[in-house]
Amino acid sequence: MLDSDVGKSDASRFRLGTLRIGTALAPKIFRGCLLDAARISRYAFVDSAQAAHSARHASPNMPEASATSSLTAVLGDVLKRQVAAVQDYTLLTVQAMRCMFSPPYYWLDTLEQMDIVGVGSLPIIIVAGLSIGGVLVLQTAAQFQRFGETALTGDAVSLALVRELGPAVTALLVSGRNASGMASELGSMVVTEQVDAMRALGTDPIRKLMMPRVIATVLMVPLLTVVFDFVGLCGGFLVAYSTLRLGAVQFWTRAINSLDIGDVVQGLTKPVVFGLIIATVGCYCGLRVRGGTQGVGRATTTAVVISSVCALVADFFLSRLLLYLFQ
Amino acid sequence: MTRDVPPLDSSRNVANTSRHEIQSVPGEALISLHDVHVGFEDREVLQGISFDVAHGETKVLLGETGTGKTLIMKLAAGLIQPDSGRVLVMGHDVSEMPEKELLHFRRSIGFVFQEGALFDSMTVSDNVSFRLREEAMDETEIEERVREALRFVEMEHALEKFPADLSGGMRRRVSIARALVDRPPVVLYDSPTAGLDPVTSQTIITLILRGRDLQDVTALLATHRVQDAFGLANFRFDKASGHVVALAGNGKSGLAQSLAEREEAADGGRERNPTQPTNVLVLRDGKIYFEAPADELLGTKDEYLKKFLASAE
Repeated sequence: MLDSDVGKSDASRFRLGTLRIGTALAPKIFRGCLLDAARISRYAFVDSAQAAHSARHASPNMPEASATSSLTAVLGDVLKRQVAAVQDYTLLTVQAMRCMFSPPYYWLDTLEQMDIVGVGSLPIIIVAGLSIGGVLVLQTAAQFQRFGETALTGDAVSLALVRELGPAVTALLVSGRNASGMASELGSMVVTEQVDAMRALGTDPIRKLMMPRVIATVLMVPLLTVVFDFVGLCGGFLVAYSTLRLGAVQFWTRAINSLDIGDVVQGLTKPVVFGLIIATVGCYCGLRVRGGTQGVGRATTTAVVISSVCALVADFFLSRLLLYLFQ
Repeated sequence: MTRDVPPLDSSRNVANTSRHEIQSVPGEALISLHDVHVGFEDREVLQGISFDVAHGETKVLLGETGTGKTLIMKLAAGLIQPDSGRVLVMGHDVSEMPEKELLHFRRSIGFVFQEGALFDSMTVSDNVSFRLREEAMDETEIEERVREALRFVEMEHALEKFPADLSGGMRRRVSIARALVDRPPVVLYDSPTAGLDPVTSQTIITLILRGRDLQDVTALLATHRVQDAFGLANFRFDKASGHVVALAGNGKSGLAQSLAEREEAADGGRERNPTQPTNVLVLRDGKIYFEAPADELLGTKDEYLKKFLASAE
């Protein structure tokens, strides 16, 4: 205990102690993150000469961090890995973005991926849209009936689908189907050295493998969201017609009139960001696979979990931003 | 190790049509490693490796599993970077080159991966033509070149098959065709015979001999089979007859002859191919343990190398 701590409560001493440990370890952890990132990027597709140089000088410093208590060392290691992964993901995404502005472009691969992501996801989007639209009516109708305002069902379903449920559920479905597919496909290519073979043949795997997937997903998720919204409204109408005896004109008029330009912009902006997240996370997890077929399995699960969670977190911030802009 | 092979179309001799600029003259090094160190976590796999591969030379990297042979191949192709040291290929320092330049540069190098590494979603034809399509070559020319390359490895019948439909040996042959289709002056063979039966291994070595003797390829070959080294050192592909013939010409086959005449060979009694030398470099514990022409390996008194030789008998 330091002299300055005398007279302070146990709780404040604990907080101060934690703060001091954190302050002391932060530079080591941060340095460790950079060193780990340097090692990772030896295999990355970014320039790695500098990274290799950092890694060469890194080794003697590593035991320094592990010399601290085991708990802090473990926490430090976990934190380092996470920060390094975020750094690596960001670098890969930025590099993929840069590829968009210079040839070569792989349009045929992009079309193929659009078919896989877009057309391939249509059946699940339609089934999910119909179900969710119907469920929305079932759940809201009971409430509206209490106030004798069943005509508002169309408004509720429309707003909920277009603003929130359409983009979010579409993103989750596409993530489950395609982020996993991208991670497993690219991961298998990595473990069987096909990605290295591609590099050895003089082709950039980011341009050839990642870019078509990113472009296709960014283009297809908004279109799938539109389909989801429309099918959801159809499902809602069918249930409203059969249970509430709501007429087609009444339902559709209210459903369409309840929407303003802000809702449509919101409903179409979010899927673009979600598509970017799904494709880049899926590709990142696939291209960074380690540990053979077991690693491919892990990458597949990780891709779905991370892309879904990131999409939902992004949804919150985008909603906040778009509501601020359009209200 | 004599083997019948289909006659080559002499008008399309690949050696005469190489499109790549070689920044070296015969005898000068096309591949050079200078004091290369590579480590993973706490283990240093390569500890100061230095060697040269001269223009036209075939260098065989011999070593047990885990001695860093594949690592050296990938370093030479610029697929990974060393922790320290320099890797020069055709006068270019690939250890300092950015990935963008490396991608272009790698088109001058053929790489045969250990398991073939064929793209499993593409047909054999698409695999072999991959590099040519990337270079936006004319489709007629591509088809002609692909057929020629597949004919070279005797796989023309498998044009439309997928890698999953091929045996391990066939996949390696397609991989060799893919590496040679663009007529690179340097080819890196990473354990091309690993996991193959002796007959198929011999076929693969024959193809490498053909590449060396007909296409004037400078090669770096990693293997754990000492037979591969002697196969390359003691035989040549005779263009006139279309057969693989022994350099000593006494009719005995490969390693049996070599081992039986170990002492003779060590005394320099064997005919050596002056234009296409084959040298052996043995790796042990991350360092170069032995480096000399293959014949000298036969005459070694070293216990470790003798064990290596004994494993092949």
